[in-house]
Amino acid sequence: MSVSKSASKSLPGKPGQQLHKRPPLRVRLRDNWVMLALMAPGVLFFVGFFYVPMLGNVIAFQDYQPFIGFKESPLVGLANFQELFADPAFWEAVRNTLAFAALQLIFFFPAPLALALLINSLISPRVKKFVQSIVYLPHFISWVLVVALFQQVLGGAGLVSNYLRDNGLSALDVMSDPTTFPLLITGQVIWKDIGWGMIIYLAALANVDQSLYESAAVDGAGRWRRMWHVTLPAVRGVTIMLLVLRLGDVLSVGFEQFLLQRDAVGARAAEVLDTYIYYHGVVYGDWGVGAAAGLVKGVIGALMIWGANKVAHAFGEHGVYSK
Amino acid sequence: MSSFGFPLRGKDERRRVREERPAWEEPPSKIGSAAKAVVITVICAVMVLPFLTVLSTSLASREEITASGGFVLFPSEPTLDAYRTVLSGGIVSRAVVVSVLITVVGTALSLLTTIALAYALSKRGVPGGKPILLMVLFTLLFAPGMVPMYVVVKELGLLDSYWSLILPVLINAFNLVVLRAFFMNIPEELYQAARIDGAGDWRILTRIVLPLSKGVVAVVGLFYAVTYWNAFFNAMLYLNDSGKWPIQLVLRTYVVQNKSMTADQLGIAHMPPQQSLSMAVVMLALLPILALFPFLQKYFTKGVLTGAIKG
Repeated sequence: MSVSKSASKSLPGKPGQQLHKRPPLRVRLRDNWVMLALMAPGVLFFVGFFYVPMLGNVIAFQDYQPFIGFKESPLVGLANFQELFADPAFWEAVRNTLAFAALQLIFFFPAPLALALLINSLISPRVKKFVQSIVYLPHFISWVLVVALFQQVLGGAGLVSNYLRDNGLSALDVMSDPTTFPLLITGQVIWKDIGWGMIIYLAALANVDQSLYESAAVDGAGRWRRMWHVTLPAVRGVTIMLLVLRLGDVLSVGFEQFLLQRDAVGARAAEVLDTYIYYHGVVYGDWGVGAAAGLVKGVIGALMIWGANKVAHAFGEHGVYSK
Repeated sequence: MSSFGFPLRGKDERRRVREERPAWEEPPSKIGSAAKAVVITVICAVMVLPFLTVLSTSLASREEITASGGFVLFPSEPTLDAYRTVLSGGIVSRAVVVSVLITVVGTALSLLTTIALAYALSKRGVPGGKPILLMVLFTLLFAPGMVPMYVVVKELGLLDSYWSLILPVLINAFNLVVLRAFFMNIPEELYQAARIDGAGDWRILTRIVLPLSKGVVAVVGLFYAVTYWNAFFNAMLYLNDSGKWPIQLVLRTYVVQNKSMTADQLGIAHMPPQQSLSMAVVMLALLPILALFPFLQKYFTKGVLTGAIKG
């Protein structure tokens, strides 16, 4: 540690010097024992439930046997990866993941911005506030509840089906139809999180200097040109930051959402990387292969964040982290 | 508000700006305003309707449910029978107790550890502070993966223990960053004054820092509480014993997967209609969130913004 180097230079026992130079490590440890004690549980948590599992990824290279533990399980090199890449179900999960991610980028990503622009254009603050409270609510309920609510409205025994049957039409069961499943999934994400996603855009819009609009209007810019030249540039930075975050997380397309509905529509339609890892790694006990899939996913995710951030910097934006 | 480091306009100021259409803005066309009104109304209806359906069906009587074929939008004689049934002992009542306990204990522990670490990391000169901060920030970019997590929880002997629902998610790095940012914004003079008065780190935390950060601590606490209440997957992963299930897992089994609750599991002889029982369970899972929503609504905007700007 660099600390001990500077500590050895400042002679202990000369109080005048300690005001300017860093006191020795021993003294700093003693002076800060309260702080160190406060840090201890948190540090233990991050080591135990982040860094140790991180190292535990070694089971991706092992023939892991739960009864022996991961210290004793034999190393098998890249065999798990070979098995993984030879599994057609894995590639199906990859394909599904990418397809759902693309749908979300196209339909879900711009939705909060659109809603923010709409709400921002409302004049009455009371209506604005009312609409805001309503669209925020679904963010806070669990995915189990979201799926339950959708089932009650759109399921085979749900509200819409009941209504159709009462009127002599055939019922429709959107909840268990694999062909419309991508639409359902995207619809649920929008329903749940459009309000939450909107907040940050609304804040950016609230900070636009109103006199910019006025001068633009005086210069003859109409409604749409003002939006193009004043409003959209104001949300550009936020949009790019959110896009980078989204890209970095693109392989996690709502694990619980898929897990909860996989039974209803079948694995072919609803298997994504995370559910693949859960079923193959934990349920079927293929620990090594599951860990290998998780590692592949993690590495690609990290590369995506890094790459997307590079692109954001190339466009002169901050991205998620600087430099 | 400025202490959040984000120049939000004050309420009154914003109202003044948007109360009336400014003189330079052209009046909206009739079709435009009508279209806007329709779109907004549809959005609100789509958001609210599922909640209403669930609430009214949970309150409906057997006759009404049979007559309507399953769903009732306006129950003529609301009854709490379904709630009485699911709460009269048995699997749902137990799940509610479990969820409440996990939420209360989990939130308390999470707050304690998060505040402690955030406070220590907000001060300069604490040995190891910088590497530990980096260590925390790194966790925001990467996740260790489900299988190794399961293995660690298993090897720690936490399977089928309620600790498996709390310890692996004890500290959320995002919440930590928010708290630390707030603590760092407390004026340095306050700390110095306290030190001159002879207060140590512990006294400064409990007597100065915490009273000043009540608001942000409340926000972080709400976030934790909602996360604990809503958690479902960890319980499914780590708890094999269905007698230990929290409400979300019960909800999944009996409502989403549509297994029917037998009189035996509920511990009663006389059964209200299945549909209203299911909806009563949905409402039970929903109620705490609805009760907290006014606070969530009020505070979380700030929380999101602070995190987004600082993190």
